[in-house]
Amino acid sequence: MSAFPILTAKAFGLTVGRLCYQLIEDHGNLEGVALIGLQPRGILLARRLRTELGRITGTQEFRYGELDITFHRDDFRHRATPLAPSATQLDFMLDGRKVVLVDDVLYTGRTIRAGLDALLAFGRPASVQLLVLIDRRFSRELPIQPDYVGKWVDSIGEQRVTVEWKEIDGADQVLLHAADNDGLNSTTFAQGTSADR
Amino acid sequence: MSTAVHSDQLSVEHLLGIKELTTADIELIFRTADGFKEVLNRPIKKVPSLRDITIANLFFESSTRTRVSFELAEKRLSADVVNFSSSGSSVSKGETLVDTVNNILAMKVDMVVMRHPDPGAAVFLSRHVDARIVNAGDGTHEHPTQALLDAYSIREKLGKVKGVKVLIVGDILHSRVALSNILCLKQLGAEVMLCGPSTLMPRHIEDLGVRLEYDLDKALAWCDVANMLRIQMERQGDDGVSNFPSLREYAMRYGLDLERYKRIGKDVVIMHPGPINRGVEVTSQVADHANSIILDQVENGVAIRMAVLYLLAARIPRQGV
Repeated sequence: MSAFPILTAKAFGLTVGRLCYQLIEDHGNLEGVALIGLQPRGILLARRLRTELGRITGTQEFRYGELDITFHRDDFRHRATPLAPSATQLDFMLDGRKVVLVDDVLYTGRTIRAGLDALLAFGRPASVQLLVLIDRRFSRELPIQPDYVGKWVDSIGEQRVTVEWKEIDGADQVLLHAADNDGLNSTTFAQGTSADR
Repeated sequence: MSTAVHSDQLSVEHLLGIKELTTADIELIFRTADGFKEVLNRPIKKVPSLRDITIANLFFESSTRTRVSFELAEKRLSADVVNFSSSGSSVSKGETLVDTVNNILAMKVDMVVMRHPDPGAAVFLSRHVDARIVNAGDGTHEHPTQALLDAYSIREKLGKVKGVKVLIVGDILHSRVALSNILCLKQLGAEVMLCGPSTLMPRHIEDLGVRLEYDLDKALAWCDVANMLRIQMERQGDDGVSNFPSLREYAMRYGLDLERYKRIGKDVVIMHPGPINRGVEVTSQVADHANSIILDQVENGVAIRMAVLYLLAARIPRQGV
């Protein structure tokens, strides 16, 4: 399997920075905003955004949380094994807040659907937006679209996109993995079966 | 998706006893329960995981807390729940257990949670009916969810179970809680000591790898955790013999009051599976002491039962898709 970088460390940093400025552009000093990272990999982006936003604005007017959606997934009993839950850290109510859901890769949209379902257990937000680092458009199985996108990737189903983080993987980068017997330029549009996580 | 079996799945199809569980199973149940514990602290304490599962709670023996705990766990998982208790049912008209359960299963029930006065009832049922069985206590045999929630509560309070010295005090002879607890704690690497009147101590119990001590003060000095079992009034004298002279004498020798607790001179964690006979096993001052985790046990019971039901339901094949 060959891996092809589509975001290297420098571009990665610039992209995260741009996403921060877009949030500030839309939400001013971020008062009333709740930044919520989706477990397990979305929290890495959310934590990065939290740090960067704090650095840029100099204050921290927004609330921050991490949400696990395992028990809200629609593939329970469709999978060979159930997924183990991760920790949810959300110690405030969402009533009236402007929620920004954060995930690393948007693919089929099913994780986000589960995330919306899980969010409702914490109250009725004023609005919910979606921020992703990578949007694999043309792979959607549900009518879900992001509001903030780091980079669009037009990949076919058999390819995989992975986001690596300095904190746990050693370097910030986004890789496109080609399918085993299938070059990067292949045009076979097979139905994907593997999720990105 | 054809991933091979790994440790994200239980090795069993039914929860009949702790004896059948591996250490990996118990750890998986604990990890999953951590997630459900967080769910139980949300404003809306409900997840949709089991919304296509129907569960029958069959209680052939009286129970309040276990039944309520299971029922809450099932409802928090969005399962459909039917309750059945033996009083006023066809059981009193002479129907057999298998017939009773098969009649209920004919109404498309996926899982059965059963409490029964006969040891082995859950194992028997699992061999003869087509549903996942969760043993909620079978006579004097096992009560696996109680043992799991007890060990989980110790893990929560002390950060680990391995190496912890746990004392189980009281009516070991009639207690399914004691047997399941011993098996579970030993499996997880804890040290276990039993204490109680010799008449309430089963023969050869030390073969399970536990210590015996008949002096409560010495036993308390040894332990980190003291689990004070309930005297099972309903099972005393089953064999036509009284096992101890009086409740008062039991309370004096094997009851834990504040004075005795203070004499230990260290922070021993107090547990009790409930319902408490206040003034017999523990006095009110001890039951409500800061080192008592009796109410945490009840809270953890719902999370543990959610985890068990969730993990067992994951193994039910989907139909008609």
